[in-house]
Amino acid sequence: MLQYIFRRVLLTIPTIIVISMISFVIIQLPPGDYLSSYAATLLQQGDIIDAQILANLRQRYGLGQPIYVQYTKWIWGILHGDFGQSLEWQVSVASLIWERLALTLALSLFTMLFTWLLAIPIGIYSATHQYSIGDYLFTFLGFVGLGVPNFMLALVLMYIALTFFGQSVGGLFSPEYMRAAWSWAKFVDMLKHLWIPMIILGTGGTAGLIRTMRAQMLDELHKPYVITARSKGLTEGKLLWKYPVRVALNPFFSTVGWALPGLISGATIVSVVLSLQTTGPLMLRALTSQDMYLAGSFLFMLSILTIIGTLISDIVLAAMDPRIRYVE
Amino acid sequence: METEATRVMRVGEEAKGQLEEVGVSEERIFVASQWQLMWWKFRKHKMALVGGVITILFYIVALFCEVIAPYDPQSYSAAYKFVAPQKIHFFDAEGKFHLRPFVYGLNRERDPETLRATYTEDETKIYPIYLFAPGDPYEFWGLLETDIHLFGLKTNEKNATLFLIGADRLGRDVFSRLAYGARISMSIGLVGVLLSLFLGIILGGISGYYGGSMDMAIQRAIEFIRSIPSIPLWMALAAALPPHWPPTRVYLSITVILSFIGWTGLARVVRGRFLALREEDFVMAARLVGSSELRIILRHMVPSFLSYIIASMTLSIPGMILSETSLSFLGLGLRPPAISWGVLLQEAQNVRSVALAPWLLLPGLAVVAVVLSFNFLGDGLRDAADPYAR
Repeated sequence: MLQYIFRRVLLTIPTIIVISMISFVIIQLPPGDYLSSYAATLLQQGDIIDAQILANLRQRYGLGQPIYVQYTKWIWGILHGDFGQSLEWQVSVASLIWERLALTLALSLFTMLFTWLLAIPIGIYSATHQYSIGDYLFTFLGFVGLGVPNFMLALVLMYIALTFFGQSVGGLFSPEYMRAAWSWAKFVDMLKHLWIPMIILGTGGTAGLIRTMRAQMLDELHKPYVITARSKGLTEGKLLWKYPVRVALNPFFSTVGWALPGLISGATIVSVVLSLQTTGPLMLRALTSQDMYLAGSFLFMLSILTIIGTLISDIVLAAMDPRIRYVE
Repeated sequence: METEATRVMRVGEEAKGQLEEVGVSEERIFVASQWQLMWWKFRKHKMALVGGVITILFYIVALFCEVIAPYDPQSYSAAYKFVAPQKIHFFDAEGKFHLRPFVYGLNRERDPETLRATYTEDETKIYPIYLFAPGDPYEFWGLLETDIHLFGLKTNEKNATLFLIGADRLGRDVFSRLAYGARISMSIGLVGVLLSLFLGIILGGISGYYGGSMDMAIQRAIEFIRSIPSIPLWMALAAALPPHWPPTRVYLSITVILSFIGWTGLARVVRGRFLALREEDFVMAARLVGSSELRIILRHMVPSFLSYIIASMTLSIPGMILSETSLSFLGLGLRPPAISWGVLLQEAQNVRSVALAPWLLLPGLAVVAVVLSFNFLGDGLRDAADPYAR
């Protein structure tokens, strides 16, 4: 097991390197270099440009030198916690991204938890009551959940909240906590706001997982070991949870890693619609205003989050299912 | 335990039983072609049939949007800002029945407090709706200049309008824009999937047919691409498109960006089929009689998994449509004056304007309808293509 984990961790290193390269290429995509746009921004605001500062910055990011030098300087900076400067906000990228990344991660993890808590019992119910009214109802709801895009759901919910309850939903905090430092009260306040984006983000995933769980359970329920257990007089509830459910859960663990990129993607758009303080809106702004160090850092960090997610899911899967450890 | 041979026989019997239920006799099953068998199986899947019909209807709208739309999608008028969907009547104010449906003229008033324009029906003005009525001139497919629309009002009077599902903030007809948007949104899915199919078949085929280190490299690449969160990546790539590019070039670039990630799923399907088929007896037989590799692939292997490919293509089109919609919705995809459903939904981004004009959300309903029908259609096709499906 330890050996498997070690090998798996080793495999992520080249992936992270390639991802950092892609993020860097994206930073470079817009025409002109970062400093000329920075100088232009400063000029626009009527600031005096100190030639010395510009030269220092040019030196720091290796501009004008070959691309691999620039890349090395950039990645070296990141390893030391320096993500570069945001040229729209005039502060370092690092000071902008951490809280938003944490909020994105919190939203994604809560959503995943919500999806599972909903999808697993419903999937089991649908499988054990195949072709019942409940099964048809959940199948239908599942299809609708798959078909409705997240942001559409967000818009409709906001419309309903505004016209029928006269309030606007959006944001992650009440106004009084918006700028407050983190405290228990602020955390509780966040949880109160979190459920709306959670439901919006979770529907699509829940629908998919219900279908997976149902299919998996249906495959397992007719296997001989279930019949044996039943003929030995095990109660139906104990039988279900102890054997087929455990086997049926396998694909859940193997897809955790892929669910995370999906959730982060979805969260990007939903956050823009609901104006949440997650990475989505800031990244969108950074992209439209060509604030490329900020945008590139977001892309890089979000990708790393998903790689870690995949890693964890692989390890959990190996822990759950001994067959996997020995295959490779 | 069930052996493979008995399993095949049992499944065969079951499939025959299913087909007999739809009224296909046994002799016809034995001589039917693969496609014939698939069609018989597909026909049983009622939801898939409905999905297929709706999909075809949307493509008809996309093909003939100039004819179906009653107005030019760009023609605007400050006099018709946010007109609500107009009711179509059969009975006039006196309760008299009209065989030809009609709409009333519009009266425009200004709310003295909010200064917002409100519209009421003028029950003295009756405008019947005609089929093939003349309207805004257009060039059909760039070939034929005409002004005949599928339906319209045969009048030029000022307050005679036909806003089936309302007007937007510039007084443009939402229905006409929806029809034009179908052309871009529906085709972007198709073009994007064809492009990913091209990549997927080549890379998946190499991966599955040759195996070894090539397979290893391509599989790693696929895993890698799938581990990047797609929407942030799309956003980043789409934002790099220069804003001054003409709409057609943006359109092409967006499809390329979408299929750059979309090919991975199809490549996996293709690879899986290649791996399975490589060991089949008929491939070995073809090799023994000296067929070239290209011939083995194109003549013997591809036809036997074509149906799978079509099914998984159908299932990946809605993803493409959704991605285009999301990108344009965020303002990173197609930009006005181009019309796609995502561009239309951008108008609905502000919840205040949605509260004022909920019909702006209707393009979203079109997206949902298309995505659902594609999913049902794809599900049915997949079941029909799989001879072992229960």
